[in-house]
Amino acid sequence: MTLLGWAQIALVLALTVAAAVPIGRYIAAVADGRVTWLRPVETLFYRVGGIDPARGQDWRGYALAMLAANAAGFVLLFAILRLQGVLPLNPQGASGMSSWLAFNTAVSFVTNTNWQAYSGEVAASYLSQMAGFTVQNFLSASTGIALALAVSRAFARGGLRELGNFWADFTRVTLYVLLPMAVVLGFAFVALGMPQTLADYATATTLEGAQQTIPLGPVAFQVAIKHLGTNGGGFFGVNSLHPFEGPDAIATALQIMAQAVIPFALCLAFGRIVGDIRQGRALLAVMLGFVVVATAAIYAAEAAGNPLMTAMGVDPAMGNMEGKDVRFGLPLVALFTATTTGASCGAVNAMFDSFTPLGGMVPLFLIQLGEVLPGGVGSGLYGMLVFALLAVFVAGLMVGRTPEYLGKKVQAREIKLAMLAVLILPTAILGFTAVSLVLPAAISSIQDGGPHGLSEMLYAYTSAAGNNGSAFGGLTADTPWLNTTLGIAMLLGRFAFVVPVMAIAGSLAAKPRAPEGAGTFPTHGPLFAGLLAGVILILGGLQFLPSLTLGPIAEHFSLLTGKTF
Amino acid sequence: MLDTTTGLGATNTRARPPMLDPALLPRAIGDAFRKLNPATLIRNPVIFVTEVVSILVTVLAGSAAGRGEPWGFQAGIAVWLWFTVLFATFAEAVAEGRGRARAESLRKARTDTQAKVLIRADDRSLWQPRGATELHVGDLVLVEAGDLIPSDGEVVQGIASVNEAAVTGESAPVIRESGGDRSAVTGGTLVVSDWIVVRITAAPGSTFLDRMISLVEGASRQKTPNEIALDILLAGMTIIFLIAVASVVGLASWNGQPPSVPVLAALLVTLIPTTIGGLLSAIGIAGMDRLVRFNVMATSGRAVEAAGDVDVLLLDKTGTITLGNRQAAAFVPVAGVAERDLAEAAVLSSLADETPEGRSILAFARDRHGITPPALPAHATVVPFTAQTRISGLDMDGAQYRKGAADSLIRAAGGGAPAALREAVDRIARVGGTPLVVAKDNRILGAIELKDIVKPGIRERFAALRKMGIRTVMVTGDNRLTAAAIATEAGVDDFIAEATPQDKLQYIRDAQGEGRLVAMAGDGTNDAPALAQADVGVAMQTGTQAAREAGNMVDLDSDPTKLIEVVEIGKQLLITRGALTTFSIANDVAKYFAILPAIFVLQYPELQALNVMRLASPESAILSAVIFNALIIVALVPLALRGVRYTPVGAAALLRRNLLIYGLGGIVAPFVGIKIIDVILQLLGIA
Repeated sequence: MTLLGWAQIALVLALTVAAAVPIGRYIAAVADGRVTWLRPVETLFYRVGGIDPARGQDWRGYALAMLAANAAGFVLLFAILRLQGVLPLNPQGASGMSSWLAFNTAVSFVTNTNWQAYSGEVAASYLSQMAGFTVQNFLSASTGIALALAVSRAFARGGLRELGNFWADFTRVTLYVLLPMAVVLGFAFVALGMPQTLADYATATTLEGAQQTIPLGPVAFQVAIKHLGTNGGGFFGVNSLHPFEGPDAIATALQIMAQAVIPFALCLAFGRIVGDIRQGRALLAVMLGFVVVATAAIYAAEAAGNPLMTAMGVDPAMGNMEGKDVRFGLPLVALFTATTTGASCGAVNAMFDSFTPLGGMVPLFLIQLGEVLPGGVGSGLYGMLVFALLAVFVAGLMVGRTPEYLGKKVQAREIKLAMLAVLILPTAILGFTAVSLVLPAAISSIQDGGPHGLSEMLYAYTSAAGNNGSAFGGLTADTPWLNTTLGIAMLLGRFAFVVPVMAIAGSLAAKPRAPEGAGTFPTHGPLFAGLLAGVILILGGLQFLPSLTLGPIAEHFSLLTGKTF
Repeated sequence: MLDTTTGLGATNTRARPPMLDPALLPRAIGDAFRKLNPATLIRNPVIFVTEVVSILVTVLAGSAAGRGEPWGFQAGIAVWLWFTVLFATFAEAVAEGRGRARAESLRKARTDTQAKVLIRADDRSLWQPRGATELHVGDLVLVEAGDLIPSDGEVVQGIASVNEAAVTGESAPVIRESGGDRSAVTGGTLVVSDWIVVRITAAPGSTFLDRMISLVEGASRQKTPNEIALDILLAGMTIIFLIAVASVVGLASWNGQPPSVPVLAALLVTLIPTTIGGLLSAIGIAGMDRLVRFNVMATSGRAVEAAGDVDVLLLDKTGTITLGNRQAAAFVPVAGVAERDLAEAAVLSSLADETPEGRSILAFARDRHGITPPALPAHATVVPFTAQTRISGLDMDGAQYRKGAADSLIRAAGGGAPAALREAVDRIARVGGTPLVVAKDNRILGAIELKDIVKPGIRERFAALRKMGIRTVMVTGDNRLTAAAIATEAGVDDFIAEATPQDKLQYIRDAQGEGRLVAMAGDGTNDAPALAQADVGVAMQTGTQAAREAGNMVDLDSDPTKLIEVVEIGKQLLITRGALTTFSIANDVAKYFAILPAIFVLQYPELQALNVMRLASPESAILSAVIFNALIIVALVPLALRGVRYTPVGAAALLRRNLLIYGLGGIVAPFVGIKIIDVILQLLGIA
């Protein structure tokens, strides 16, 4: 670890937080319907869809509209993937995906997971990339943000029945937030050397005189939304490690900022919507704190290198560079990894499979903590709010009042729904992993033996259920069993989580908002931030300790004794 | 008097029994076993799961023994799992036992008396005997000296003194009469003189006494809203850990053998929140019990909980904020009269005055001027106060000492009064005092200022409440000026002057409309609507039946000041629950460090590095964690029964302190405890 490395990390994080401030203000304005510079386009959408943006929906109406939009998105994407072989814009002649793979992939992009059981340059046509993946990258992200806005509104006032209009939020977020930001970022990526073309793959003659096919495509703009929308699905199989997807350190720094800035900004937008910016800052502080600690842990673990390699005479000064590229360096890999897994993005600029055991455990644990640090766009905020409700409930009794968050009483109904939501991750992750580790059809997908093999399987279900989408590697994921169960895990992690959360929002919205007083549990400030962090670790993390012990932790201690598997 | 520093301390000391009365133990232990019945235990999901697991491990240990395999370790786990369940049921039994003694004495009062049911409402001589349990609502019953009042009711005729010791514990008889605010009588209390006709207002089995009995026994205890929410959280956590532990079977099958069922059972039981699960209902019963000991009967636990949430306290001025009667506060002589002369005349004019006001003049003169009142001379003639003259006094040694209402005395003095006196009288009236004028031989000497005396310590009490975020509102029939003066002196946040029942009701509705919870105390029939509207309504035992029905608590001592303590008891209940929940959850960290390496060390010997407590062996590590998990329940029973100490400071300070003690303490304590148990197990040569 070097001072320069820490400086890089600090600089990128500081820039991200600084950018989150105006973006948060802007998103709050969009949520209010105060942003209108594309009004003609916006109204056109409403007219075509027959939507009255002023008509409010209660939580059921909002959730049903969201489910309908996502179901339509799934059907469309599934059809494109199955039929891409006969559809246009397919210069490389990719054939239609199998129905297992198409199911898994369509679910993956609709749920903002972007788990990829295929390799983009081989298995996806330009049409699938642009009309399928890129479109879903936008829509799944605006779905998440819209949901977060609806949940935020539930805290804003008392006696509310309506949480907003899904179609209006969905349209506005896409039009005013994601599209403009993606366009700007896309041009920046083009300037940094990413391809943006519909031309055929290039053929080059190498120095040895061999023929090499170099995959190209409309990369830059898809990569822009891939990060901004915390989607993470790479244009190429190796994601941002590919020189066309992550050309240099500047590009990787921009990607880090892009994947964390909206989740951060949404906290501040939440603060503005509820009329107390300090509340948003407290949530942001917790997220930022976890990102910093996780980055430090990865950086430290990787910089320490692999003792077995050192024993073989490899200079440990470089750290563990297997699966990493020198054009990024360890600090930016550590920060990229912490933000991509903390933020439910899932893009990677290094191969986790090659990390040291502890370095690889950090991204795994970050996802298991519920994808709230800072979490996906929108999903991070509403996931965090579930933890905030639980934190307030567990410790809030200690001030001698029925727990309140932002003046809304947290009672049996909210706790029931919150626990329902919190149950989803352990059920999907631990349930599927445990079954897959005894099922021959699943075991055959695992590449490595020993604890590392367990980590590979555990990571896949963790990534899917957390809607992260990053891959640990070492797992042959394109099998009927994994395609199906990972798909189910993604669906559970997205929709089985958010429906109870919307029900909580509906219940809270209807409650009166009690005025704050000296007897009220303070939910800003360091005390609450610390409490929230503790609750995330204990309620969100403890249940995964046995699995981590049998995976990365066992591998780590085995490694220290020189044992390999 | 009020204790402002410790809040509950001073008031709760009354009749506090020892935490664990040895006489109650045998019964509690018996009950602890009776409560093992799964059909009833299922109400407590955490402990129910523990019991199921205990049965499973017991069967496995038994079958291992049957097959001649080693079974000691499994039996050890089984025994301690059973202890975990038993300690939980024991905690509940002890909490219930403490209320039972009170219930027994109440039950004695509920004897099956023969009631004298009047056949005709207007004829007291015609009645027929009927068992108290066969009375209907609306029956008219004659109760004479020496009779027990057969059921709850309202006095419709007559006046009697009633000994209510059976209910309130206070043996001095109280007056009960028809009409007015003292018309309610309680079944089981004794008429000691005269007679009354009572209209029965409660159906058999649902009288106040019945409700009290089931309340203190905890029999009809329903879970409060907060308890339900907490139960859901605990059940949810139990499910999460069930999944986590079940998944270990699959996870550990990869590259090894899954741990045995007893070991997994130990892991499960130590992870699920057994501590708070085992103590939750004891905390609730004990909270109710604290209220009962404090002579307040809540009709539901919901009300006790709501008391903790109260934002606004509506307090009657008289008797709550002020001492209830006016007292001398100043002598204001007219020009040319020494204050001491005025004081002496005032003393003499009040010598025969037995009213509290008259007494207060003597006391004030003694304190201020060192005047010791002489004994009433035999030759003196007392002039009593009458509503016509509005003057009283004494004729002695040829002099006439008089005191009375200003205009009456001025008129008696021939209408000539110094302007300064009129000014003084007006000033006293303006600030809420009552002016009395003193004259000797029809010469006006000056005025006495009588004023409402704010109870000592109440100002500090209100300041403490403000820190807790609770606004106090004084309700009074006085005019605005008077009310404002007293409000300032007492330090209340707001006041309602010239309050009508309608005003009170409106104030409560307005506050509730802003999302605030309101508590109030009241006794009269006209208080009933406001009592019913308030989130916490404390009715006075001496009050009317209507008020008692409307409120959700009845104060048997009829002391409206207790509203403040009721709020504190409510808060203490919630704090205790929160503290033990936090503690219980925080415990899990250490238990993982004890059990996880122990479970997996066979598979990966390198995991010994995680054994940070350096526990002797995997078996002793697992056993120590299970034993700690069971013992911590017993160790915390006293805290659950007594309640976490509550000090009225702001929420932030309270949270910081409790998080430190129960959060951080909850993380650290089991590391120490498990290590100590492990050492003891080694010394004993077990495991």
